[in-house]
Amino acid sequence: MSVVLVDAGGTNIGSVRYALQRLGTDAELTSDAARIRAASHVILPGVGAAAPGMRMLREAGLVEVLRGLKQPVLGVCLGMQLLCERSEESDTECLGVIPATVTRFAGAPGLRVPHMGWNTLQVTVPHCLTAGLREGDTAYFVHSFAVPTGDYTLAASEHGTPFSAVVASGNFMGMQFHPERSAGVGAQLLRNFLAL
Amino acid sequence: MLSRRIVPCLDVRDGQVVKGVRFRDHVVVGEIVELALRYRDEGADELVFYDITASPEGRRVDRDWVERVAREIDIPFCVAGGIRSVNDARDVLHAGADKISINSPALERPALVSEIADAFGVQCVVVGVDSLRDEDGEWRVRQYTGDPSRTRALRKGTLEWIEEVQALGAGEIVLNCMGTDGVRRGYDIEQLKAARAISHVPLVASGGAGTPMHFADVFKQADVDAALAASVFHTGDIGIPALKRELRTQGIEVRL
Repeated sequence: MSVVLVDAGGTNIGSVRYALQRLGTDAELTSDAARIRAASHVILPGVGAAAPGMRMLREAGLVEVLRGLKQPVLGVCLGMQLLCERSEESDTECLGVIPATVTRFAGAPGLRVPHMGWNTLQVTVPHCLTAGLREGDTAYFVHSFAVPTGDYTLAASEHGTPFSAVVASGNFMGMQFHPERSAGVGAQLLRNFLAL
Repeated sequence: MLSRRIVPCLDVRDGQVVKGVRFRDHVVVGEIVELALRYRDEGADELVFYDITASPEGRRVDRDWVERVAREIDIPFCVAGGIRSVNDARDVLHAGADKISINSPALERPALVSEIADAFGVQCVVVGVDSLRDEDGEWRVRQYTGDPSRTRALRKGTLEWIEEVQALGAGEIVLNCMGTDGVRRGYDIEQLKAARAISHVPLVASGGAGTPMHFADVFKQADVDAALAASVFHTGDIGIPALKRELRTQGIEVRL
């Protein structure tokens, strides 16, 4: 197994790497196309904004590389949003491998944005990626934009409205929360991904 | 459903966790990573590390312990203290912190809030506000509270500052009510309610926790998203598992 972390400028790269180390997996941080293509598993972490994230991928020449991958690919937080077609955040065109548009949480009385904290995951479609998740399990979220629920949704969460917590479209998968900061539940989900 | 968060705060000085009463007379209570792991195991939802000496002395947060914490724990944590620039914030975030918290430097130069939010997103920018009620009844902001000899009372109203930092890009507010801090008689519900009413970002209560009931009160009455405490956790007077069970029996959503 060779796991790579793609550098899209996210500040959580170190945390994701440490989480994988706790599971006994050393992941290489790279923006090298050949190494990414050769990896068994590709993780696209990300914290920050969609436009700078996509700009970094474009400048590194990775947009077509990522779109063409056949092995399991996991986007985390912003990384998951970058897998979608577009983001309302600065109206950014994204990688387009998950058929969704990322939207901002609507401000409403009592609804705090960013959505920050531990929220419940509800499995909507059984999948190897969410194996072992139990009713009431929670994960740590921190984000202002979200992917609406759709055919690609494996698990949903709710903040004013339901949104996608875990998505998959073929070999492209995403987690809106931070598995690297979601205690035992996060470790289980990362383990599931590495087992694909 | 989104859980209310219980957040132990570890005041760090010279690489160790310390605690004082009303921000004075600090004593060492433990080693950073050891305490971080203890709280993770007990079910803390998040940790905050304040380097209380960093800001007044113009020092930077020592990144070594940030990285050690990031390697060991699997819950989110925030680092505060001496973050005065985008570069300082980048160092701490790249070392593995999930959020940075700025307090005195934001008062010196409010644009710092926007600069960090633009660089890394609002979700990682926490603004800490130290507040005390003045004799005229107004809550006003205090600066450099880590060092009593340098602490300054500002003219800026607490609520006015909370509105200002949200407009600048704060993704979360920690309101430390200095009048109730360290004396364990409960959070400053009145002040936190007033702050809640004008906060559209998550609000964290700080200062005054003494009993599990104080946590229940601040969640129910002030509708805060998280409650921060230090000494009651460090001494073991309140255990986090028992606290969370109590909150759940009172109908408050918590992560067990």
